[in-house]
Amino acid sequence: MVEKAEVILGENEQYVINMGPQHPSTHGVLRFELSLKGEIVDKVVPHCGYIHRGIEKMCEANTYQQIIHLTDRMDYLSAHPNNEAVSLLVEKALGIEVPERVKVIRTMLSELGRLGSHQLWWAAFGMDLGALTTFFYGLRDREKILDIFEESFGSRLLHSYICPGGLMNDIHPNFKTRVKELIPYLRKKLPEYDQLLTGNVIFTERSKNIGIMTKEDAISYGITGPSGRGSGFACDVRKAEPYSAYDRVDFKEILMTEGDTFARYQVRILEMYESIKILEQLVDQIPDGDYTVKMKPIIKLPEGEYYQRVETARGELGVYAVSTGEKFPDRMRFRTPNFSNLFIIDKLARGHKIADLVAISGSLDLVIPDIDR
Amino acid sequence: MAFSIYDFSSFTQSIHQLLSGVMSPAWVLVSELVLVGLVFLMFYALLGLALVYLERRVCAFIQNRLGPNRVGPQGIFQTIADLIKLLFKEIFIIKNADKFLFNLAPFIVIIASMMAIGALPFAKGLHAMDFNIGVFYILAVTSLGVVGILLAGWSSNSKYSLLGAMRSGAQIISYELSVGLSMLAIIIFSGSMQLSVIVESQANGWWIFKGHIPAFISFVIFLIAATAETNRGPFDLAEAESELTAGFHTEYSGIRFAFFFLAEYMNMFLAAALATTLFLGGWMPLHFGVDTQFNHIMDFVPPVVWFFGKTFFVIYIIMLFKWTFPRLRIDQLLTLEWKYLLPINLFNIVLIAFLVMMGWHF
Repeated sequence: MVEKAEVILGENEQYVINMGPQHPSTHGVLRFELSLKGEIVDKVVPHCGYIHRGIEKMCEANTYQQIIHLTDRMDYLSAHPNNEAVSLLVEKALGIEVPERVKVIRTMLSELGRLGSHQLWWAAFGMDLGALTTFFYGLRDREKILDIFEESFGSRLLHSYICPGGLMNDIHPNFKTRVKELIPYLRKKLPEYDQLLTGNVIFTERSKNIGIMTKEDAISYGITGPSGRGSGFACDVRKAEPYSAYDRVDFKEILMTEGDTFARYQVRILEMYESIKILEQLVDQIPDGDYTVKMKPIIKLPEGEYYQRVETARGELGVYAVSTGEKFPDRMRFRTPNFSNLFIIDKLARGHKIADLVAISGSLDLVIPDIDR
Repeated sequence: MAFSIYDFSSFTQSIHQLLSGVMSPAWVLVSELVLVGLVFLMFYALLGLALVYLERRVCAFIQNRLGPNRVGPQGIFQTIADLIKLLFKEIFIIKNADKFLFNLAPFIVIIASMMAIGALPFAKGLHAMDFNIGVFYILAVTSLGVVGILLAGWSSNSKYSLLGAMRSGAQIISYELSVGLSMLAIIIFSGSMQLSVIVESQANGWWIFKGHIPAFISFVIFLIAATAETNRGPFDLAEAESELTAGFHTEYSGIRFAFFFLAEYMNMFLAAALATTLFLGGWMPLHFGVDTQFNHIMDFVPPVVWFFGKTFFVIYIIMLFKWTFPRLRIDQLLTLEWKYLLPINLFNIVLIAFLVMMGWHF
C-alpha cells in the first residue's frame, strides 16, 4: 500500500488563499500560502525571497568597513547589533582590544535599539490583533529613542555607526542627559502598555494557549530571541557569551515556560524593563577616552574562518566569514534570527483560525528583509 | 406664523395645509413623499460626513494625534474633500465578478440603513413614519443589510471577500437575537411597539432608570450587540483589516466603497439612536424628581438637541470601544453571543416580565 502523501495544497477541496506578499499583517513582502478548512488553517507554506538583495554575495566584493552598511539593511530595526556583529568579528580576527568607552556605548546603543524595536513590535502586534491605538502609543515612545540616535549620528534607522575598531564618530555631548531623561520617561510610560493591552480580556483570550511552542520545538527549529525564551529556551547570547559590556551589567534573562503567544508577548514586555535596567547601570559609567582604535583604511583579515554571534532584538545573529587574506572576504554568511524563526509558523498555526495565524506571526516578530537578506 | 421649537407637528401641519391649498390630495401625498425623501437624503449625507469627521477626531484624540486639521478650520472640510476624491475615483469591476450583484450589493446595504432611519422619532412631531410596529419594522429593515454584505462578498469572486461575508453572515444572524431580545425588554416595559409611544412612556423618567437593574442589563447587551451588528470594532470581523485586508468590500472602489463606508456609519448612528429612543428617553429631557427647578431648566432645551446629544454620547461610547479593544476571533464572538449574552438576555426578559406583572417598576 502506498503511504499517504501529505496534504497537497488545493487538493481535497481545500480553500487555498494567498496571504501576501501585499498584506497588512505580514509586515512586509512575505507570502503565506494558506490551506483552509473554513476558517481553520490546515497548512501554512511560507514563501520568502521577495526582497532578496544578495547581501551575502555583495559582501564578497566589499571591504569590511563597507560590509557594515550592508548589515544595516538586514534587520533594519536592530541595526546596531548587526553592525556590532561584523565589527566584533573583525576585531576578534585582528586581535584588537577596543577602548572601554566604545564597549559601554555599544552596549547602550544595542539596548536602546532593543527598546525601540520591542516598542515597534508591541505597536504592530496590537494592530495585528485589531487594537489600532497601540500603534501610536508604541511609536510615541520609540520616537524619543530615535531622537537620541539622530542627535548622535544623524540617522534614525540605518545607523552604520558601530564599525570595526570602535565607532564612526563620538557621541553627541547631549547623549548622556538624553538617556537620563529617557529612563524615567519610559518607566512611567511602559505600564501604559499593560493597561492598554496586557490586562484586556479580549487580548488574553486571543493570545493565551495560541500557537504553543514546546522547548524541544524551539531548540530543533533554532528559534532564538524572545520567541525562544517564551518557550523556556535559554538562548540569550548576552548571557551565554557576553560581548562588549554585557559581562559587567546585572540583568535577568527573561524566561517563560508556557510557550504560547502570550508568553512571547510577556517576554518582550519584561525585556524592555531589563533594557532600561541595563541603560540605568551604564549611563553614568561611560568612561572618557577614544571612540575608536586607529584602523588601516583597508582591513585585511588573516587567512582563516571566523564566527561571531550577537543578540539582536529578535534573536541570535551569527556572522561567519572566510578570509583568504584579501581585503574582501572570500565568503560571508549571516545566520539571521528571523529566517530560523519564520519556519515554525506552519507547526504553530495548524488547527488554529486565520486570526490566530496573524497573532502567531505577529508574536514571532518577523522582519522580512532579515529573512531574505 | 410662529412655530414652537418643542413641537414640530404645528410646522408639518402648516406645510400640509399649504400644499393642500394648491393641489389635489393625491399630488399632496406625492409631493410630501418627495419632500420627506429629499430631507432624509440631505440629512443622511450630512450626518455621514459629520460622523466620519467625528470618528477621525475621536480616534486622533485617543491615539495622541491631532487628526484632520488642514482642510478648513479644524479640518471640517476634510471629509468633503474625501467624498470628492471617492466620487472621482474609477469604479473598478474585476473580471470574473457577477456584475449585476456586484453593483447591486452597495445599494442594498445603503437602502436598508436609510429605510430604518425614516422610522426614528427625532422630536415631538418630527417623525417620518410612525408605525404601530416601529421597533419590529426597524429590526426587519436592518436585517436586510446583511443580504447586501453577503452579496458583496460572494459576487466579487475574491476569497478574502467571501471569508468576510461568511463571517458577517454568522455574526449578524447571531447578534440579531440579542438586539431583538433587549428591545423586547423595553416593549414589555412600555407595552407598545410604536416608537412614539415608547418615547412618551418615558416622560416621567427614562427606562434605564425606571426599569431597575434589568433595564440596565438590557441596555448594556443592546450596546454590545448593536456594535456587533453594525460590524464595528471590536467586532469588525467582516472587515478585519489585519486578517482579510478589507473583508467583504475588498474589491470595491470609488463611490461604491463609499456606500459601504457610509452605511457603516449610518448603522452606527441608527444603533445609537435606537439605544437613545428605547433606553435613554428619546427626545425627552432629563428629569430628577417632580416639578423641580432643575426640570424646568431641562425642559427649556429643545427636544432635537436632547435627541442628538444623547445619540452622539452613545456614538462616542461605541467609538471608544473600537479604538481601545482588540478584535475578537470568530469563535469567541459566537461564544459570547450564544453562551453569555443570549442566556443572560432570556433570563432578563423573564425577570422584566415578572417586574412588570407585579408593577414594581416606576
